[in-house]
Amino acid sequence: MPAPLIGASVGRKEGQEKTRGAACYVDDMTLPGMLHGVTVRSRVPRGRIRGIRYEGDIPWNEFTIVTARDIPGKNVVTLLTEDQPFLADQFVNHPEEAIVLLAHTDRFLLEEARRHVAFDIDPLPPVFSIEDSLARKAVVWGEDNVMKSFLVEKGKVDDVWARADLVFEGEYETGAQEQLYIEPQGMIAQASPADGVTVWGSLQCPYYVHKALMPLFGLPPDRVRVVQMTTGGGFGGKEEYPSMIGGHAALLSWKAGGRPVKIIYDRAEDMVATTKRHPSRTRHKTALSRDGRLLGMEIDFVVDAGAYVTLSPVVLSRGTIHAAGPYRCDHVRIRSRAVATNAPPHGAFRGFGAPQSIFALERHLDRAARALGLSPEELRRRNLLRQGETTATQQEVLEKINLPSLLDLALEKSEWRRRKEEFAAHNRSGADAVKKGLGLAVFFHGSGFTGSGESYLASVVGAEAGRGGRVTVLAASTEIGQGTNTIFSQIVADALAIPYDWVEVAQPDTSRVPNSGPTVASRTAMIVGKLVETAALGLRDKLRAGGFLGVTYDDRAWAEACDRYLDLHGTLQAQAKYELPPHVKWDDKTYTGAAYGAFGWAVYVAAVSVDTVTYETRVDDFVAVQDIGRVLHPVFAAGQVEGGVAQAIGFALYENVILANGRMVNGKMTNYVMPTSVDLPPIRVFFQEVPYEYGPAGAKGVGELPMDGPAPAILNAIEDALGVSVRKIPALPEVVMEAAGCL
Amino acid sequence: MPVARAAKIEVSFTLNGAPVTVRALPMARLLDVLREDLRLTGTKEGCGEGECGACSVFLNGRLVTSCLVPIMQAEGARVETIEGVADQPDVVPIREAFVACNGSQCGICTPGMILATTALLRARPNPAETEVREALAGNLCRCTGYVKIFEAVARAAEARRGAAGGVR
Ligand code: FES
Ligand code: FES
Repeated sequence: MPAPLIGASVGRKEGQEKTRGAACYVDDMTLPGMLHGVTVRSRVPRGRIRGIRYEGDIPWNEFTIVTARDIPGKNVVTLLTEDQPFLADQFVNHPEEAIVLLAHTDRFLLEEARRHVAFDIDPLPPVFSIEDSLARKAVVWGEDNVMKSFLVEKGKVDDVWARADLVFEGEYETGAQEQLYIEPQGMIAQASPADGVTVWGSLQCPYYVHKALMPLFGLPPDRVRVVQMTTGGGFGGKEEYPSMIGGHAALLSWKAGGRPVKIIYDRAEDMVATTKRHPSRTRHKTALSRDGRLLGMEIDFVVDAGAYVTLSPVVLSRGTIHAAGPYRCDHVRIRSRAVATNAPPHGAFRGFGAPQSIFALERHLDRAARALGLSPEELRRRNLLRQGETTATQQEVLEKINLPSLLDLALEKSEWRRRKEEFAAHNRSGADAVKKGLGLAVFFHGSGFTGSGESYLASVVGAEAGRGGRVTVLAASTEIGQGTNTIFSQIVADALAIPYDWVEVAQPDTSRVPNSGPTVASRTAMIVGKLVETAALGLRDKLRAGGFLGVTYDDRAWAEACDRYLDLHGTLQAQAKYELPPHVKWDDKTYTGAAYGAFGWAVYVAAVSVDTVTYETRVDDFVAVQDIGRVLHPVFAAGQVEGGVAQAIGFALYENVILANGRMVNGKMTNYVMPTSVDLPPIRVFFQEVPYEYGPAGAKGVGELPMDGPAPAILNAIEDALGVSVRKIPALPEVVMEAAGCL
Repeated sequence: MPVARAAKIEVSFTLNGAPVTVRALPMARLLDVLREDLRLTGTKEGCGEGECGACSVFLNGRLVTSCLVPIMQAEGARVETIEGVADQPDVVPIREAFVACNGSQCGICTPGMILATTALLRARPNPAETEVREALAGNLCRCTGYVKIFEAVARAAEARRGAAGGVR
């Protein structure tokens, strides 16, 4: 029996090629006769298109030109709601909306041509903010600008206000955030009536692209093929937008008679045109007893969806479900809305609505503790959920959770008590313009799709055995840096007791792999990983059932069994299909029940310095304590947490999307600032492992959890340092200065 | 009058130890010539404006961002890319450390990080963490939060120092 690989930090499957520069990303691929494609966009936030003019001394006859008229099938990006076109026809609803596509072999000439396409657009009144959209300054979507709303009701919150010792209110805001994967988006397409449509690209969800391209060309599933190339980061940004680019490249290729077309966004285009994190505004009204028990919570959560629905209903859903946090409270009302504005649609970004609503809650509870004269850790300790209690959606927590021990560990590792005193003394002394503070956040993140989502997805994974006992995993789940290939290989190697090197993960290609669902929602390890394990065991069971393999076996016996089976049958395959665990019961109508099979739980602590001359904040130390079930790969799991915390520090302090009339005006890495190696503190990661029965080897999701907690922990630390309350992020110096009354 | 298409010029330089001559537009970026004309795609483009370091190469032994280098500047120069240095004896331990420590996740920043680390360790075989942080400040990574990259650099430094006879 080989030593188990799960729990060991084996080397990354594609480590060699990535460190030699040999991994093939989409822009590294060239096809014979390939054209380059570009997108010409509206620039007007809302209006009616009167005409398109092709101007200048451009040899237009050399160009492939595509407009909405050229679309062979349906002009709609199929996702949740059929409101977004691939190419605007008659109306534009945001300034980055695509109207014309151009292709040519000469990239320089192409850029020149792009500048010489002009539009005649009669402007219509736009809206740009949540408040203006709610006030219907102009109605830009549906009847009232509200794309989706939810109501969660638990108990009778209206009855608690009268008996509360304190009713505490507050309002909180979060800004848009750019995913800023270092590889910009891009796709290559080859499309013609004879050969169907094939696209290769940088993407998270091959079957989302597949689903969007079929109606665009009116083709059946087997005539559309989507292949994922090595992908340089996603973080949600390559969840749904690749459908748009893939469609554009394919439309150009179709019009160009099947010549391949490559569209690669440059950084500026990627930043301004693709989706970003939804800006949000949250209002809290909370009833507390004198001793700090949460009696009731009323929460109003609104996100800015941008011009089209895209994924906003599900982002809103997750934000709503996480809005009341991992606390015991009998009376909760959460009302939430996603509203339209004339900005490019906001979309998926790690955390998916939860970082926004958790920011509001964790800031609010800190302030409420202060108002009650309790320490922030004590207020939370008195309300932490315990096993058997229920969340806001009345989900009974069946997992063995121990939040007090997570809190204790975080306080211990951050030397909370000692540092609190030290910082208070430092700040009191007045000797230093730099003030120091400590803040924490307690939070959770549901793994997998919400509610019945996973049963609708009905994900399928295949496993295939080859000569010499090699096993290939067939799944549409993508490696985007997080470690899918490695973790799936570990799971298979352990399940079958075969060497790690014998396991390979097939390149996600819809013509070869089944639909294991999108690579999102912290679901790949927990949900798909379990299916990988089941499919692998299916191979073993087939070999045993046929008498090829004994109950005990070694590598050689396994390899021989596979060879003999293949001699006889030609192929050896097994599949596994997802089934919802029996405890996951969800009611979409009342928004009650088990929202997730399992949650990750965490307590994070930030130590900060705020310079009271410049009002710049620095994070000096960061402690991240979490329970993500069994840790499959300690180094990768820590890498997920460190990377997530780094992004969240950017979200909290630096990353400011400036939208003017719906357009991002700072769409460059020079003026949109993400953390560099000199900006980040030590990020100290700790796991408390509580195995989860339905995850592979007891694992739960980890990808998004670390995005949720840092921002409130940091802002709580700023309040601890300065005694002033900053309620919006990013907490740029001018924001902190204003809160401090210095502006 | 159609837009004039600029005339190409001839540029000769040493690429990963071998002489090459290319015909390119005078303002073409070294990055494009490497990736498109010479098909060396290990050098990546993350921003095109000198901010991310994904396009790092060595120009006459100095680390530069090739998206900011007009091809004319390469005339007569020594250019080295990740493909050329990956198997050099003092770079192998760096690559191994990046794999062992998970300093490479999505990998798009990795060739640049490996080159930046190589430049650092050639100049400072035993850098303090602050020096590592400063040396890599021009190379952005969105995946790792840099923690595992710092660990990889420390491990690589140790391995290189431990290598028989020392390297450089
Ligand atoms: S592409 Fe050259 S620095 Fe980013
Ligand atoms: S590993 Fe993805 S950007 Fe660095």
